[in-house]
Amino acid sequence: MDIFHTLRAIAVEELISVAVLVLLLVAAWGGDKAARAIAIAAVAVLVGAAVLTVPLLTGGADSLALFGHLKLDAFAAFARLLIYVGAAVTLVVAPAWFEREGEMRAEFSLLVLLAVLGMGIMVAANDMLTLYVGLELNSLAAYVLASSARGDGRSAEAGLKYFVLGSLASGILLYGISLTYGFTGTTAFDGVRAALGSGSLSLGATFGVVFVLAGLAFKISAAPFHMWTPDVYEGAPTPVTALFATAPKAAALALLMRVSLAGFGGQVAAWQQIVVFAALLSIVIGALGAIGQDNIKRLLAYSSINNVGFMLIGLAAATPAGAAAMLVYLAIYVVSSVAAFLVVLALRDDHGRAIESISALGGLSRTRPALAAALAVVMFSLAGIPPLFGFWGKFLVFQAAVSAHLVVLAAIGIAASVIGAFYYLKVVKVLYFDAPTDQVQGTEPVANRVVLLASALVLSPLGYLLTRWLGALAGTAAAALFRLA
Amino acid sequence: MSHVPILTLMLIVPLIGAVFSLMAGRETARVIALAATLIDLALGLVLWAQYDVGGAQWQFQEHADVFAGFAWKLGIDGIALTLIALTVFLMPICIGASWNAIEKRAGEYYAAFLFMETLMIGVFAAQDVFLFYILFEAGLIPMYLIIGIWGGAERIYASYKFFLYTLFGSVLMLIAMFWMANAAGTTDIPTLMQYDFAPAAQNWLFLAFFASFAVKMPMWPVHTWLPDAHVQAPTAGSVILAGVLLKMGGYGFIRFSLPMFPLASAHFAPLVWGLSIAAVVITSLIALVQTDMKKLIAYSSVAHMAIVTVGLFAFNRQGLEGSMVVMISHGVVSGALFLAVGVIYDRLHTREIARYGGLAINMPHYALFFLLFTMASIGLPGTSGFVGEFLALLGIYQASSWIALVATTGIILGAAYMLYLYARVVFGDQRHADAAALPDLDAREWAMMLPLAAAVLAIGVYPEAVLAPIRKDIGTLEARVALARPRGDGQVTTGAAPAPVVAALTAAPLKGMK
Repeated sequence: MDIFHTLRAIAVEELISVAVLVLLLVAAWGGDKAARAIAIAAVAVLVGAAVLTVPLLTGGADSLALFGHLKLDAFAAFARLLIYVGAAVTLVVAPAWFEREGEMRAEFSLLVLLAVLGMGIMVAANDMLTLYVGLELNSLAAYVLASSARGDGRSAEAGLKYFVLGSLASGILLYGISLTYGFTGTTAFDGVRAALGSGSLSLGATFGVVFVLAGLAFKISAAPFHMWTPDVYEGAPTPVTALFATAPKAAALALLMRVSLAGFGGQVAAWQQIVVFAALLSIVIGALGAIGQDNIKRLLAYSSINNVGFMLIGLAAATPAGAAAMLVYLAIYVVSSVAAFLVVLALRDDHGRAIESISALGGLSRTRPALAAALAVVMFSLAGIPPLFGFWGKFLVFQAAVSAHLVVLAAIGIAASVIGAFYYLKVVKVLYFDAPTDQVQGTEPVANRVVLLASALVLSPLGYLLTRWLGALAGTAAAALFRLA
Repeated sequence: MSHVPILTLMLIVPLIGAVFSLMAGRETARVIALAATLIDLALGLVLWAQYDVGGAQWQFQEHADVFAGFAWKLGIDGIALTLIALTVFLMPICIGASWNAIEKRAGEYYAAFLFMETLMIGVFAAQDVFLFYILFEAGLIPMYLIIGIWGGAERIYASYKFFLYTLFGSVLMLIAMFWMANAAGTTDIPTLMQYDFAPAAQNWLFLAFFASFAVKMPMWPVHTWLPDAHVQAPTAGSVILAGVLLKMGGYGFIRFSLPMFPLASAHFAPLVWGLSIAAVVITSLIALVQTDMKKLIAYSSVAHMAIVTVGLFAFNRQGLEGSMVVMISHGVVSGALFLAVGVIYDRLHTREIARYGGLAINMPHYALFFLLFTMASIGLPGTSGFVGEFLALLGIYQASSWIALVATTGIILGAAYMLYLYARVVFGDQRHADAAALPDLDAREWAMMLPLAAAVLAIGVYPEAVLAPIRKDIGTLEARVALARPRGDGQVTTGAAPAPVVAALTAAPLKGMK
């Protein structure tokens, strides 16, 4: 493999790394005054990275880079674009938020870029070691981001909790990786797959698989490893929560898919029951946990647990259709989360203080009809009620599950989704049925409004016009996952 | 067939109206809503006129491959035609009923109604199972908002109950649809109607669909959402709920359960009969003791819908045709009854039966219309109610005379609770001064009542208007389910031919003859 081919293949990583180093110097000399300029530059970097990534979407030859440690296929490209969307939205909305809540630090955008770099490595990882390096790069940046509102005790608490529990999960993951290495003699996914074979697993290898999946389940906040999610969502600064809900979630899910379907792809029976268990538990816990919540960020945290459960049903199918369904679901989920957090950002009282209590939103449809309509669309979409586009993700994962003869799983999962519908309805009830409290004041920057409008339109029934295009891209990406080296 | 995609047009017109009325004030919004529904009524008349009775089974077919996984595929047969006609007929009346009653947030209100119209027509016209499902389920959102925002005092509880009940019923149907699409390799409804699923699978599929349609219908004992939703919904909401939304359940049985799973339908027919006769007797008795007018009519709806299910699962022509006529007739009559309640509710703002009395004295025209609709609900010959119920009961009599016997008590009980209601509200002394001072119908109310009265009488006198378009499709359905038809208990056997009298006389001379 010649060096130029490799350099070309990892152009995105080079771009982001160089940009981070240059912007670090700018931050060092310019100080916090340059924060806004750095954020704009960082968005430009993400756009550049997206431009470099788009051509890979349509498939073609998979390019292995760095001696097979990275696999830059259509799947990686699809996941990376979702990551860029989530990160770019965070960078767009952050300056205005920090302006209200305190000074924006120059390193904020750099940390986001570093996290994006780590996430990009995660989704392209073709080796347990690259997986871990990418995951840790992302996590370390995320721990700092979670506590970046330095004047707020909740933010520090969120960062600490995230760090402690995240480290624990990383430890579990490393332990699983070392066990897998010990029983297969390799860390490369292709090698692991070949070594595990499709026969019965040895006890040690089984432990390796279970520990790796448990470590990753923490990162996607699937039950029973979800406990950190509500606290971190609530405590982290809202733009950071918006990031956590989108980019790292997409990256971790994509990573989980790659590990399960490529690395452990020959041993579906060994991990399928784990995924089924985590899926159903996440759906139920996400739904029940949300019912008592009055804080909208905590509610969205439980909603994310709930939605991860549905995505795992697509993984449990262990078919290309299931993987494609998961990717479509993930794409829709990223858009829903973006829209949800843009609404949360807009909820402020007349002193500019953030409103996080749902009961304070009573009658929002009377005082702020457009904002209330956007939130209602997001809620119905997250609940998966047709004709909103959120239904399509659920439709595809359940279809894939039924096609893979997991009819009972699909039936239980979809019946449990009715529990979740209850708390989404509760939010809509507060917005539309309750008497106006008229607490939400202030206007949003144009950029926020444009992004909110665009994402609400995607979630509206108009989104169905995207199904063919999105389905084709996700199909190509999922096929790449099943193409053995 | 014409090249104008008339069904798509019928779906788009209310949708455009909805967008505009959302942005408009109250005065403009209601005009937009009325215009949109009247345009759809006109399109519906065109559809009716151009429908070729006895022609191809599926007409006005449209197909556009714009989605992945399912198709924009529309088309109607006679059954869908009559239900679409019912929808477009009732919608302008609903708008009329809301004309003065809705004061707050009128733009959103009319938008929700127009959106409902699109979805309802779409449900009847969809020819792709997943398109059907999306439209079928999408109706939950506007109805949730209609009940929750513009409903009565207990509206929030009622809206939750309505939403979660019907959602839970439907989700299992989606899983069954996935399974069917997988097994048959198509999502096309006409193809699936011909497809023979394995008998063992049919039972599960039937139950999954049954869960959805039984809740929607609604059948006893999953009917409890209906009285709450009806009582709390605004008048027009009740009209559309009783008039059209409940018909989606019956339509579902005719379109999916019976033709797609005929064996399972026969297998579970006793269950359906049992639930239906239980509904007829129990809900009729409950209706007798109601003190709230809307609740009484809501329970009577459950009883009438039970006649529909009994007729459908009779597996013969009379039963199927009768059920269709009951559905159309009940759509008009229950809509009219809710409207009649709405007229006096708008004046006195109470639905308590005891607060009225002697309205025949100060509201004679109102009393006349109310009487007609009461009689139609009872099933008096000459009104639309008689035709359908007679046919449906005749159909079930051939399948099981005992079921027919119990189901027919519904007519007697129906007469009891409706006449009792009418007597308390319209006859008797004027017990309350405020009720005695109510003015009679105004021009707007006349304009709403007259078409409904005309429809009731027209179907009652000339039911062929409704029966002609559905005859061939019912025939197809009857042939499809004929194999599975359960053996009726009223087996009439022809005995030996009687011996000719003359021969008998000569063979055995009467006593006393010499």
